[in-house]
Amino acid sequence: MRSIVTIIGKDEVGITAKASTVCADLNVNIIDISQSVLKDVFVMVMLTEFEDGSKVVPKLNAEFKKLSEKSGLDIRVINEDVFNSMHKI
Amino acid sequence: MLNLIDIVETVNMFEQENLDIRTVTMGISLLDCADSDIDKSCEKIYKKIIDKAGDFVKTVCDIECEYGVPIINKRISVTPISMLVAVSGGDPVKYAKILQKCADDTGVNFIGGYSSLVHKGFSAGDRELIESIPEALAVTDNICASVNIGSTKSGINMDAVKQMGEIVKRSAELTKDKNCIGPAKLVVLCNAPEDNPFMAGAFHGVGEPDCVIHVGVSGPGVVQSAIKKCPDGDVGEIAEIIKRTAFKITRVGQLIGNVASERLGIPFGIVDLSLAPTPAVGDSVARILEEMGLEQCGIHGTTAALAMLNDAVKKGGVTASSSVGGLSGAFIPVSEDAGMIEAASEGTLSIEKLEAMTAVCSVGLDMIVLPGKTPSEVISAIIADEAAIGMVNSKTTAVRVIPAIGKDVGDQLEFGGLLGSGPVMNINISKSPKRFIDRGGRIPAPMQSLKN
Repeated sequence: MRSIVTIIGKDEVGITAKASTVCADLNVNIIDISQSVLKDVFVMVMLTEFEDGSKVVPKLNAEFKKLSEKSGLDIRVINEDVFNSMHKI
Repeated sequence: MLNLIDIVETVNMFEQENLDIRTVTMGISLLDCADSDIDKSCEKIYKKIIDKAGDFVKTVCDIECEYGVPIINKRISVTPISMLVAVSGGDPVKYAKILQKCADDTGVNFIGGYSSLVHKGFSAGDRELIESIPEALAVTDNICASVNIGSTKSGINMDAVKQMGEIVKRSAELTKDKNCIGPAKLVVLCNAPEDNPFMAGAFHGVGEPDCVIHVGVSGPGVVQSAIKKCPDGDVGEIAEIIKRTAFKITRVGQLIGNVASERLGIPFGIVDLSLAPTPAVGDSVARILEEMGLEQCGIHGTTAALAMLNDAVKKGGVTASSSVGGLSGAFIPVSEDAGMIEAASEGTLSIEKLEAMTAVCSVGLDMIVLPGKTPSEVISAIIADEAAIGMVNSKTTAVRVIPAIGKDVGDQLEFGGLLGSGPVMNINISKSPKRFIDRGGRIPAPMQSLKN
């Protein structure tokens, strides 16, 4: 399945590296990364792909929660289909 | 990849604007559980519900986690229990107790369907079930009851209206030590939909398949936030914004419904396009109306603003789903909406204004706290008025009022959780409708029923 990981907050050194490490450790493939500053807020979006979502997503959420608590960043994992449903006809 | 702005917009909807799937409701037919022995009937019910819904909560929780979409309630609706009482006889409360056991063992938040459909008259099992509602709601925690007392096609059963006034009052008295929670789980309907996923009015209609999945979406905060971005637009522009927003919200509901249906191997029923508020900040229908420009919900202009909101939600949602049903509109439950609570507490929102509002939105006088001294015939008269609005306008209307035993205007009744808390609202009881209510009989079906 494919999920979109969004990381929103204050820019700091190493965000991409830390988020990528979490993905690599869980065998989650990053297909695409894009980042920007929208209204002074740093936004990074990663399109990820992995097998067996029911096992991987809870682990991803747990690891990103730890990272979020350390860095103050808001990190969320949402299935790509949710965005496609909302924004594509 | 998707547009970054679209992605951030979606994340904000979930993070800051309280977008969620309010309920995934599994409808289960119990018609094949009917038995002339009530104990055997209960046994069959338990077996069927556990068989169909044993993995329901876990499956929906898995979907919630994997999709990153909050799903607040997992519920079950069943065939109106009066139909089983008709076959088995015996004490209907036994059914309430077995349904409570099913709720405990499946982990669902509510089971709806302790219901009776008497819009044209009572048949076997109806009177017994209705009489048992106060006790059934007092001895259970997660069972919801509903009674359909009128329809556009058949008129209004005024005998049932009279009885329901008494039942609501008795239900409050029986649960007075639990903040009169009984009537908060009881709704009296006109034109009740058979595929409604929302409580307390959910039941599984006899025309429905054996088992089906319905989804109820929410999102008042998302709509409010979208309107906020257009402070100077005219009303037509606001309607367009609401339509676009409702479309997006509904598409998420449709997605989750499809996934749940596929994983559970149960056909998908409908998406109910309702704006369902919660007491949480930023999850209020009243605040949407205020964002449109009303200083407070309940003032003149409220009905017009609500009519536009309700219509725009439907227009936006209807093309976003394969099948729309249930109640589909904006809910205005007073105790469950922070803006309504405030407006009612300050005296801006009156019960008369709420009645007018129900003519243009779903669903009716909902979660309104009345003084404990309100006579049962006044509750019956409130039900009759509301049913008349539904009957004549070919729409669903409902009454869920809570007489706060021992409390009066100025006091507050706390339910907690999604049911919230509400101020005891002022109601005009200086003159009595008793003679009218005591007449009983049936209000004949209106001209609107003659469509063939």
